[in-house]
Amino acid sequence: MLSNTALKEMILIVALVAAMLLLVSVMGSAYGVRVLVEASCYAIIALGLTIQWGYAGLFNAGIMGFVALGGFSAMLMTFPTNPRFWESDLPGELGTAFLKLIVGVLLVVAASQLHRLKVPRKIQIPFTMILGAVVYFWVINSFAPVTGSIVREAGFIGGFGLPVWVGWTVGGILAGTVAYFIGHICLGLRSDYLAIATLGVAEIIKAFLKNFEWMTRGTLTVSPLPWPVPGAGEVGFIMARALYLSVTAVMIAVIFFLLHRAYNGPWGRMMRAIRDNEISSSAMGKDVNKRRLEVFIFGCILMGIGGAALATFNGIFDPNGYLPLNHTFLIWVMVILGGPGNNIGTLFGAVLVYVVWVMSEPAALALLNAISYLGDLWFAWEAPSDFSSRALQARVFSIGLIITLVLRYAPKGLFPEKVPQHK
Amino acid sequence: MALLEATNVHGGYGGMNILNGVNMTIDQSDIGVIVGPNGAGKSTMLKAIFGLLHVNEGSILLRGEEITNAEPTVLVGKKMAFVPQEKNIFPSLSVQENLEMGAFSRKDDFAHMLDQVYSFFPPLADKRNQPAGELSGGQRQMVAMGRALMIEPSLLLLDEPTAGLSPLYMAEIFERIITINKAGVGILMVEQHAKQALQIASKGFVLAAGQNRFTDTGENLLNDPEVAKAFLGG
Amino acid sequence: MNELVFFLNNVVISGLVIGSIYALGAVGITLIFSILRFAHFAHADMMTLGAFFAFFLTAMFPAVGPAIGLPTAFVMLPIAMALTAVTAIYLDKGFYKPLRKHNVKPIVIVMASLGVTLMLQGLIRMFMGTSARSMYIDDRKDIYRIDLPFELASRPLVITDPQILLFVVLIVSVISLHLFLTRTRLGKAMRAMSDNPDLARVSGINTDTVVKVTWVIAGCLAAAAGTMLSLDVTLKPDLSFHLLLPIFAAAIVGGVGHPYGALAGGFVIGFAETLSVFNWAVLLRPFRDYLWFDLPSSLAIVPTEFKITVPFFILLAILVWRPTGLFKGKVL
Ligand SMILES: Nc1ncnc2c1ncn2[C@@H]1O[C@H](COP(=O)(O)OP(=O)(O)OP(=O)(O)O)[C@@H](O)[C@H]1O
Ligand SMILES: [Mg+2]
Repeated sequence: MLSNTALKEMILIVALVAAMLLLVSVMGSAYGVRVLVEASCYAIIALGLTIQWGYAGLFNAGIMGFVALGGFSAMLMTFPTNPRFWESDLPGELGTAFLKLIVGVLLVVAASQLHRLKVPRKIQIPFTMILGAVVYFWVINSFAPVTGSIVREAGFIGGFGLPVWVGWTVGGILAGTVAYFIGHICLGLRSDYLAIATLGVAEIIKAFLKNFEWMTRGTLTVSPLPWPVPGAGEVGFIMARALYLSVTAVMIAVIFFLLHRAYNGPWGRMMRAIRDNEISSSAMGKDVNKRRLEVFIFGCILMGIGGAALATFNGIFDPNGYLPLNHTFLIWVMVILGGPGNNIGTLFGAVLVYVVWVMSEPAALALLNAISYLGDLWFAWEAPSDFSSRALQARVFSIGLIITLVLRYAPKGLFPEKVPQHK
Repeated sequence: MALLEATNVHGGYGGMNILNGVNMTIDQSDIGVIVGPNGAGKSTMLKAIFGLLHVNEGSILLRGEEITNAEPTVLVGKKMAFVPQEKNIFPSLSVQENLEMGAFSRKDDFAHMLDQVYSFFPPLADKRNQPAGELSGGQRQMVAMGRALMIEPSLLLLDEPTAGLSPLYMAEIFERIITINKAGVGILMVEQHAKQALQIASKGFVLAAGQNRFTDTGENLLNDPEVAKAFLGG
Repeated sequence: MNELVFFLNNVVISGLVIGSIYALGAVGITLIFSILRFAHFAHADMMTLGAFFAFFLTAMFPAVGPAIGLPTAFVMLPIAMALTAVTAIYLDKGFYKPLRKHNVKPIVIVMASLGVTLMLQGLIRMFMGTSARSMYIDDRKDIYRIDLPFELASRPLVITDPQILLFVVLIVSVISLHLFLTRTRLGKAMRAMSDNPDLARVSGINTDTVVKVTWVIAGCLAAAAGTMLSLDVTLKPDLSFHLLLPIFAAAIVGGVGHPYGALAGGFVIGFAETLSVFNWAVLLRPFRDYLWFDLPSSLAIVPTEFKITVPFFILLAILVWRPTGLFKGKVL
């Protein structure tokens, strides 16, 4: 006998498989596999969110930033080296600039510790601030000429030509480091502050990636990024993508295994207790914040890795391609619809939402063409020239509507969290 | 007809019931005092009467009219007022504004009630424009009671009106409560200072574990050796 | 002297303008935070929505403004404010109130407000397209050039008609809000509810009404800010995008739940932005012969592309050193 929930889950999974088959039959199997690979990268990102939101109730409104950091790192680490940069004098000059940066930071840190030498605070604080300002100008003015000539003479510094797994790992580390700083500041405060701060940090990461042309080529984009598996040129589209899919699938399996163990162990029990306010932060104090910081960092690491895998698969790093809608809100929909805190549900949500998302664009456009055609035919109504770009905004609206409706009517998602029973 | 009649009240904060069948009857002329150990459910009972807590079983009648689980706004309209145990003032509002908030539901002119409260609690008159959060504990308690009096209630629920006050202040507050009661306001209050409170009580309720342990006149309870031994500290 | 005029135009006037916009937004955020206890992320989009209402009304009655001698969109502002206020009440009714009734954690309502953000953005772009538009249809923006009575100042101070109107709107709003909060029954009830919501309920204050009033005020201020900003610059559907972080930073800098603090916070953030992107080399140029270093052509603290970092780092700094804000708001 199947229980009710098991039956429901079976039906949902069958429906998902049917949707995927439909996708493949309509768009061809090469396209179908591509969507699956992208969905699997999104699933890694979504697993990062499900531990933050589902396990610990932490609200990350800036997933895009961590995803973009992952993509950036994949680009920087794995893209072939740029001989025009390395064979010029520029690396030396850039090195000098970095050296100045390090010296500057050390100076300011030293000044901020002056009170240990019995310098009164009244002197130390203004002194540190003035020194900080001077150092700041000194450093940016030593970078400006170097970075300017890098862009002019070499385009950008190029990558390091390292193996793909290095790029992905560094992506996770980079995302985790940023998460550490943000979490450290915000996690002791009310959860709203984390939302505001992550929203801000995502925009700032994007601004940096867009404008640091000497590192990222900015709007010019960097491609093609090397793959960890043989590319389409060697084994054909379907095979290459299938190989890539097997890589991401293995990663998901490993993450699944680790999460499953952690969730059912004492760590997971403690996380749930914190989330459900069974342990008040006042009672446990710093320990609670430390646990929450761990979860936040771990989630962001997954987001960075997922973002790196996504950028590598797409073969291109384009800072402008990172949009809050696609890389933050879509992932939310995946998690809250699938079931926050339920890994299977999250995986399900990621694949389902991504497939629907991809198919919604041609569907919206087809619907639109029909509307403007009929409007013209029946009412002699002429559609505005930017009608198609407007129609795509319907998707923005729908994402918003889905979020609000799910929160209200199905707060546990399609696959409610299964809290393990302890005696 | 009794002013307030609570029969067999069960209720809690969601999970387990805290109240397990409490009975209380208060007449217009009564000062009812609820005593009992910490965590007995005294505050919870007042909250249940005032619609701040879901009553799962039993009934509460005000002059025979069913008010179980009625909204506080409705009860204020029926001339019931409640002074909670803590956080019972608006700290950033001035004393006068606190009192005005007590009269929020009144559509008529309530200037005379302001004067009355000030003459009743003279220390407040001088501080009427000061933020209530800057007052002393005793003065805050006066603001809280003054706020509740603004609707000219016929039933006043007080949760530990003398908590944290010096014995002198406590006697003064009790005196005020007697005066209010003489003016025709039925009173039901929770008190930690059980002996003193029972002296002014016409009815006493000893609550333990969410149930009435003893219900009698204040005087009888004071003289009951069993009550004295278990709840009044010898 | 001209350098100083440049400074006045680019820092003082610009700072006042953008500070006023942030202040109007931040006051709404802070009121919603103190009454409804959640960070209302859709606020910047309510500002855009208000501007779009004003734009629609301008497009419908373009001749009204020239007849009176004021920008049409400004004349339409009261109607736009009313429409935004009504929308705000219905958004609350449709999306936030049901969640409140379910006693969800505040953060879930924050999430819902981000959902509402997306809905508003989608709707606005569906109707208006994604390009920028001018709020002036049958009229033109008046620009005043005020010559300074100094020999050396050959350049004029520049201020536009909508900027002056913005200051008028801000001053009128602040005074009315102040009077409302301190003199009226509902205003005091709003402060009471922000102080102690449970006691407000016990006192018989009609909390539903207070919530509605909060949305009305926040909606009106948001519409005013959005309309005046679009009048001064242009109406862009992604207006909200550049406003969200600064207005939250302003509300937190001022101390959450503290309307006057939010006002101050708005100007703090506004001036911080204009001061940071200002090219200080311009001011130093007259002294270039006395300086011991070569003056770079651009000496801004932050390049314009990174303007968004300014409110963000102020926000982080305040969260680290004084999370209650400059004016001791609620500790959250
Ligand atoms: N808001 C609440 N949520 C859940 N449980 C509560 C809440 N308030 C009180 N309780 C529980 O209800 C029980 C009774 O509490 P109540 O406040 O009624 O006690 P009391 O008799 O007033 O005690 P005291 O003399 O300390 O004021 C306690 O066990 C307490 O833990
Ligand atoms: Mg109590």
